[in-house]
Amino acid sequence: MTQPILQLQHLTKRFGLGAAAVDDVSLDVAPGEFLTLLGASGSGKTTTLRMIAGFEHPTSGEILMDGQRLTLLPPFKRELNTVFQQYALFPHMSVRDNVGYGLRMRKVARAEIAGRVSQALDMVQLGHLADRAPRQLSGGQQQRVALARALVNRPRVLLLDEPLGALDLKLRKEMQLELKHLNRQLGITFLYVTHDQEEALTMSDRIALMRNGRIEQLSRPREMYEQPVSRYVADFIGETNLLAGTVAADGRGGGQPVSVAVAGLALSALTQRSVRGGDKIFLAIRPEHIRPAEEGEGPNRLPVTVRDVVFTGVVTRVHAVMDGGEALVLHWPAGSSAPESGTRLTVTWDPARGSCVDE
Amino acid sequence: MSTSSGSGSNVGNGGSAAPALSGTPGRPPVRPSALDRLRASARLRTLVGAALPVGWVTLLLLLPYLFLFAHSFFRLRNGQLTHELTLENYQRLFGTPLYPQTILFSAGVALRVTLASLLLAYPLAYLLAFKVKRHRDLLYMAVIIPLWVSYLVRAYAWKIILGQEGILNGFLKAVGIIDQPLTMLLYSKWAVMLALIHIYTPFTLMPIYAVLEAIPVSFKEASQDLYASRWATFRNVVLPLSLPGVIAGCTFAFVLSMGDFIAPTLLGGNDSALMVSNLVVSLFGVAFNWPLGAAVSVVMLVMTLVLLTLARSIEDRMNYGGQAEGRTGGPGASVGRGTLHA
Repeated sequence: MTQPILQLQHLTKRFGLGAAAVDDVSLDVAPGEFLTLLGASGSGKTTTLRMIAGFEHPTSGEILMDGQRLTLLPPFKRELNTVFQQYALFPHMSVRDNVGYGLRMRKVARAEIAGRVSQALDMVQLGHLADRAPRQLSGGQQQRVALARALVNRPRVLLLDEPLGALDLKLRKEMQLELKHLNRQLGITFLYVTHDQEEALTMSDRIALMRNGRIEQLSRPREMYEQPVSRYVADFIGETNLLAGTVAADGRGGGQPVSVAVAGLALSALTQRSVRGGDKIFLAIRPEHIRPAEEGEGPNRLPVTVRDVVFTGVVTRVHAVMDGGEALVLHWPAGSSAPESGTRLTVTWDPARGSCVDE
Repeated sequence: MSTSSGSGSNVGNGGSAAPALSGTPGRPPVRPSALDRLRASARLRTLVGAALPVGWVTLLLLLPYLFLFAHSFFRLRNGQLTHELTLENYQRLFGTPLYPQTILFSAGVALRVTLASLLLAYPLAYLLAFKVKRHRDLLYMAVIIPLWVSYLVRAYAWKIILGQEGILNGFLKAVGIIDQPLTMLLYSKWAVMLALIHIYTPFTLMPIYAVLEAIPVSFKEASQDLYASRWATFRNVVLPLSLPGVIAGCTFAFVLSMGDFIAPTLLGGNDSALMVSNLVVSLFGVAFNWPLGAAVSVVMLVMTLVLLTLARSIEDRMNYGGQAEGRTGGPGASVGRGTLHA
């Protein structure tokens, strides 16, 4: 990796005497990267972002930008800008004055401000609304103004705190792509906070999944989806079947196959880390990787009973139960007719598609 | 949403509901559905609900003002009130220098009280809204609680503090700054202003606090994120957003201290005659000249109404809506209604 633009070093934040909100987080962000802090509420993702912006002071640890210590600088001396969750547009200023605020505070020449503001508004397709008051705009438009207000300052790093949370689904999807384009086009580093795993998967170059103030897994979206390091990650990202099992024999890890006993059946899966025989683990399999088995096919054969069949438009989801009562969800292959409720089936999956994860 | 809804819109609903009710029999005879009956009963409830406040306002507010207004046009003949209509009272009011002078003097006192209250209240409200975290409610109560003590008691307290044998003189003597008690403390316009500032500062503070507290922290953070220092953030974001509260608070302080007659009576001594409300009191009382007293009252009332309307329109223009909306026009911050009915 090239010299990181932003570095978090053992960043910790405690409020009062309770557990740490952010607990020893270290992270390097590459220039131009789109990095997402993903996590449930209370995972510490927003607190981390607020420390980078300067709204909170870390209890310990350092924040560096271009190798320079940023930790104790007040927000107004940091070369980065924030897009707030509720936009925080100033209600007593026009859209134009909102966008120009940062430049005015930096005493940029008036003519230059006018030019850059209209350029920024054009970039988010709001040039025609420059003289409106923020309250006269829709939520989506306000969101774009907030974006323009930050980007007009040409920050090195843009912090985004759940900026799409208040928008409806369709608009959110549009804005996701637009944000991704802006990130590519402007070369500005985006640090994005969200609790929406799908949003994270859609936009990010890398995702840091946070849990209880720590980074549980830091990886590319596809890797996180296909090789979750823990049951928590597997559960948080996308939909997963988690089967409790026991490792049959020692495995060396590094993506080697290992045999796992699940409900008396010997199943095969890959493991990233080394395991020992007798370890209690979970077998994580995505619903789209499970399919009805041909006669005598494959090493992984699991008899199930169909409970419900749900057509969602994109896929047909089959909810089944194993003989021990554990639930299993699979996506029925397109083009073949779905089974009736109550049907006995044998399902299978490629061993390379199942991964062993810890509790 | 404007701040003008409230009792006014209730009246409107009641008025429009009445013809709709009486119009129902005129329609072709259709068996009323359950929904119709529900609507009718809702209308009835609105009507009854509106009648009570409208009745109160008419009985306790509009009628007395009407009497006052009427009296200001009656003629006083040989100390007897007659029902002949005349403009004499107003001619005398504006023709005698004493009355306009008194009104102006009172306005000057009220203005100074207002400015002093603002200077005290704004920093305190700012501290309460933004800086105090732990005992905020307690401190706010400490500001508000004096309002629970009778006005008379608070005014008398100043008598005890400022009197010749009072606490202040005692203190000054004890520390050796003076050896004879100061007589200028009590019974002067300064004593009156001091008491008025003390009594009306909470009224100034409440709307300012309400507005400041409604400003989302994210506005200040956004401003600082956009390179504005703390002072620049205050000047460009917090102060402009708090102006509606400032105007509301100042209007309270001005109108209430201009109309005050207890503090001048108790603490004003010879200067007390200089306040317009005391003039009204003596016109109605000692002088038994109700028509002239009523005329002075009407002039004051008109002045107050003009001031309130002005404040209200400035406030409305500054009601930015957006995220601070609703609260800006919320309890304590609205000028028009609160003061008029107070």
